[in-house]
Parts: sequence; C-alpha cells; structure tokens
Amino acid sequence: MSPHRLPGPPWPDPIVDVREARHAYGARVAVDGVSFRAREGEFVGLLGPNGAGKSTLIRLVAGLLAPSAGTVRLAGFDPHAAPRKLVARVCALVPQEPRLDWPFTVRDVVMMGRSAHQGLLGIAGLDDLGAVEGALAACDLRHLAGRRVDALSGGERRRVFFARALAQEPRVLLLDEPTAFLDLAHQVAAMEMARLAARGGLCVVAVLHDLNLAAAACDRLVALRGGKVVAEGTPREVLTEERVSDVWGVPVWRGENGATGATVVLPNVGTRDR
Amino acid sequence: MDLRPSRLALALALGLLAIGLAVGASCLLGPQPISLQAAFDGVEPDRAILFGLRLPRALLAAVVGFALAGAGTALQALLRNPLAEPFTLGVSGGAALGGTIVLLAAAGLSAVSGPAGALLGAAPPVAAGAVIGAVLSTFLVFGLGRIGGRLVPEAALLVGIVFNAFVAGVITLLKMLAPPDQAARLLYWLMGAIGYESPTTLVVGAVLVLLSVGTLGLLSARLNLLTLGDEEAASLGVDVRRTRALVFFAASAATGAAVALAGMVGFVGLIVPHLVRRLVGPDHRLLLPASALFGAAFLVAADVLARLAFLPLGTEPPVGAVTAFLGGPFFLWLLRRQAREHDEAAA
Repeated sequence: MSPHRLPGPPWPDPIVDVREARHAYGARVAVDGVSFRAREGEFVGLLGPNGAGKSTLIRLVAGLLAPSAGTVRLAGFDPHAAPRKLVARVCALVPQEPRLDWPFTVRDVVMMGRSAHQGLLGIAGLDDLGAVEGALAACDLRHLAGRRVDALSGGERRRVFFARALAQEPRVLLLDEPTAFLDLAHQVAAMEMARLAARGGLCVVAVLHDLNLAAAACDRLVALRGGKVVAEGTPREVLTEERVSDVWGVPVWRGENGATGATVVLPNVGTRDR
Repeated sequence: MDLRPSRLALALALGLLAIGLAVGASCLLGPQPISLQAAFDGVEPDRAILFGLRLPRALLAAVVGFALAGAGTALQALLRNPLAEPFTLGVSGGAALGGTIVLLAAAGLSAVSGPAGALLGAAPPVAAGAVIGAVLSTFLVFGLGRIGGRLVPEAALLVGIVFNAFVAGVITLLKMLAPPDQAARLLYWLMGAIGYESPTTLVVGAVLVLLSVGTLGLLSARLNLLTLGDEEAASLGVDVRRTRALVFFAASAATGAAVALAGMVGFVGLIVPHLVRRLVGPDHRLLLPASALFGAAFLVAADVLARLAFLPLGTEPPVGAVTAFLGGPFFLWLLRRQAREHDEAAA
C-alpha cells in the first residue's frame, strides 16, 4: 500500500503551504527561501520581473520540481514524493503554451483532464462525461467540442486547456501566464474565468505579468524578485509607486480606476526626452 | 478521452480482415501453383508447400510486421514525432548488432568446445542477443538525444541514424572475422529476409511480440497524455519516468524479437502508423492495436510483392529491400511536410 492516502475534505488550511523553499537549476538559484501560502476560495497573483522565480514556484507547488531545501505541502502532502495520480486529483496546472503535435479534438483534450480519476485504459464513466460537459459549458466551448484543437485560435485554445483543468476537478488551480499572447478581450475573459473558479471555492494561483489585470482580478498579490518574496498583500498594499519602481526598475504613476476602484499603475514612458 | 467500443471493434475487424486477405494471397501466390483443396486433402506436394512453406512464412511476416508497427506507434508517441520508428531510431540496428554478436560467438564456441558448444552452434540464442541489443541501443539513443535534460526529438532521430551507420560498420567488420558460410547466412538475415524459421522459433517469437505489444496496448491511454509533453503528462497524473521506461522496454523487446526473426526490416513502423492514424485518429487505444494488425497485413503483402515482382528473374529480394524502397521516399515526404508545417506555424 502506498503511504499516501487519498486526501479528502476537510482540506488543510492553507491548502498550499510552501516554507523556506529553495530550488536551483544547476548554479542558477531560481527560488531562494520562499514562503508562500494560498487558501481555498482566493485568487492569488504571482508577480515579478522575468527570472524572479514565479514559474519555478508554481512547479514546486505542482510537485513537478523538488525543493532542495525547505518544504512544500499541497493539501497536506509532499507533491513531489506523492504518486502523480494523487497530486493530479488535487492540483491542476494550465501551462503557458500547451503543445499540440497530435490532432486531438477539443472534447478529447478536455477528457484528458479526467485521466487521474480513471483506470489504466481511461474508460470514461458517467461522472467523467458529466465533468467534461460541465467544463465545456463553463468555458463556452460546447459549439467547438468536435473541432481539432490545432485548428483553433490562440484564445480558444487557451480556453480548452482551462476547461481541461476544470474537468480535472482539482482544489488548487495553477495558471502559468494565462493572459500571455491574448488580445484584451481574451485577457479579460481569462481573468474572469479564473476569478469565477476562485469564487467557486478553488484556490487559484496565477503567474501574471500585467500588473493592472492582476490588481483588478486578484484578491492577493505576491511580488517576487531574484527568487525571493519582496511584497505580499492586497493589490493596493503591494503595488505602491516606490515598490513597483524598485522591483521592476521602472518609474510608475499609481492611481485608481474610477469605475471599479481597482489600483492602477502606469509606467512613466517618455519622460527622458521631454 | 472517450473511447467508443464500436470504433475499436470496427478497427480491429478491419485489421484482421486485411491480415486474412494478405495471408490468403501469400498462401496462394507463388512460383508453383497449388490447389487449396488438394492441400487440405493431403495431396503432395500441395500440402507440403502450403503448410510447410507458405503458411509459416506468411505467419512469420505477420508477427514481424505486428511487432514493428506496434513499436513504431509507441515510439512516435514517446518522441512526439511521426518520423520515429525502430529502424530510424537505431533500435533495429542495435538488435542486429546484438544478434550478430551472439551468432558469431556461438559459431566460434561450437568450433572450439564440446557438446555445449555444438548445441549453441545449432540453436544460437539470437533472439536474446537481439532483444538485449535493442534495449541497450534504445537507452543509448534516447540518452544521447537529451540536451540539457530535455529530450529533443530531432536530436534523438539524428543519433539513431548515426548509430545505424556505426552499427553497419561494426557488423561489416565482424562479418570479415566470420567463416564464409556464416557470413553469407548473416548477410541474408540482416538484409531483412522473411525466411523459413522452425515452428519453435516462430512460436517463441510470436509470444514475445504479443507480450510486448500487449504491454504497449495497456499503456496506450498514457501514451495519449505523453504526446502532450512530459510536464503536462505529469500534471495530469502520469508517472512519466516509469511509463517511459516501460514503453522503452516493451518497444525494444518487440523490435528485438522482430529483428531476430527477420533481420532489419525498416520503415514498417513509419508507414503503417501514419496511414492508420488517418483512418482511426490519434487515440492510441485505437491506433496502437489497429497499427499492429495493419502492420502485420502490410508486411505479409510486402513479402508477397517481393516474391512475385522478381519472379521472371528467378530470384527474390529480401522483404527489407521492398520496405526500404517504399519507406525511404515516404520518410523524406513526411520530413518535408513536417518542415513545411513547422514553417507555417512559425509564420
């Protein structure tokens, strides 16, 4: 018998609990003593310049990488040591640029999210079919279900992989740059879907580059630089003019969205030649 | 993904039908016209030709085609590249080298030592050598195909092709050390000839092939996930390292058995899965068994073709020459198409 029993509710709180974690790729230290917690029902944005360790941190949480020091706990167990199937029932990861070399249909790809709930041959049961239909509906993909994924637009494809993650029925949803390469409407749609998932009780953690989208959509932000956490809190607390200028090395103006009250930061472009 | 049993049944039925047709043709067509009625009534030489020569030969070709197409399908999923197959990846080459070493070592031993050597010389465990050679070369090629810890499909294919050339050189050197009669036998075997094996060899080979391709069939749902990439497969619940090692091992064992039975028959694992994928789609739970069955039919048909095409000349080329003749251009066509698609995707 495996020492890892199938976890179930009530889940530990916080469901994601990273303490003093460290990870290096060879000599390059990507995550250097990070402590990070996330709870069910909250949408956390991970921010920071390139190479800050954001993607490495979510890979540690997903158990795809092991920390060289410190601990990572996902729903109370070590996600790197636990059987993959067990981890996949608790945690779904939506990759930044999903690869698609084989001509699977939208429904095929979403059904792959059910693998961890199925036997060796992946025969779909009623609950699998139900979860897939629910995920397709939630992501507005029903009309595309029979289409080949490699024939879809970038925005549609991203929705397919989001739907696959929902079909997985995880408690923790990790998103690696869910808005990269999308136009504005699709960026907003992606953030709304992530918010909705969090309101539905999931713990959603997203790597984000757009500070304003993050400030508008996330409940809490964590800013990283050089593999360390430099700030943590509500968007208003984290995105101060001094801190953004310091972390990203760009002078900014901070204000407020008159319609929603969300924090807004704008880079001061064009000051050098004026 | 959703597997419909009716589609699986249809694909398997079509595959079995194709095998039936090919085996039928193989039994009926040949330099010597025979009557089935007479053969079943026990009239000679019809009976001997059918049951002693043509049927075993067709079954041998079927087992080899089944193994190579099944292994090819699995290796393509693992490498995420339709150009992968036992021959292009150098797995067949490794098997051939392993088999050659055993064959020549056995010949050498039987010359020097007593009864044990004689037994070894009479029935050298070529299959064992071929399977070991296949497994070792698979791990070598996939190991050298890693760059910075990541498997690069193009690199693995190049390594495989270079490894093939290297193996061909080593085998040529070994051949020069062998006595002339052994060397001729070796050459004919290596060129991919469907010959006449003893029933025992055929049965042992068939069991090994069925076990290994059956293992690949059990892993076919995971192969679907592996086509998405290691990290994604892992995040969907696949133990990537263990699954990959199992696939390596099973595909190598199938290839080793095929090479032991018929030498180097290339491109079956390339052509057949590609065509079958167009027929049944990308789900490996359908694709893998269907490819194996159509691979069996394909090689039986190719063997008939090899036998008949050169009939006026009174000779017959090994079936490996026929599959190479068809498969070489097919490989280039696939390569060009892949490059074009890559270009379009980048644009």
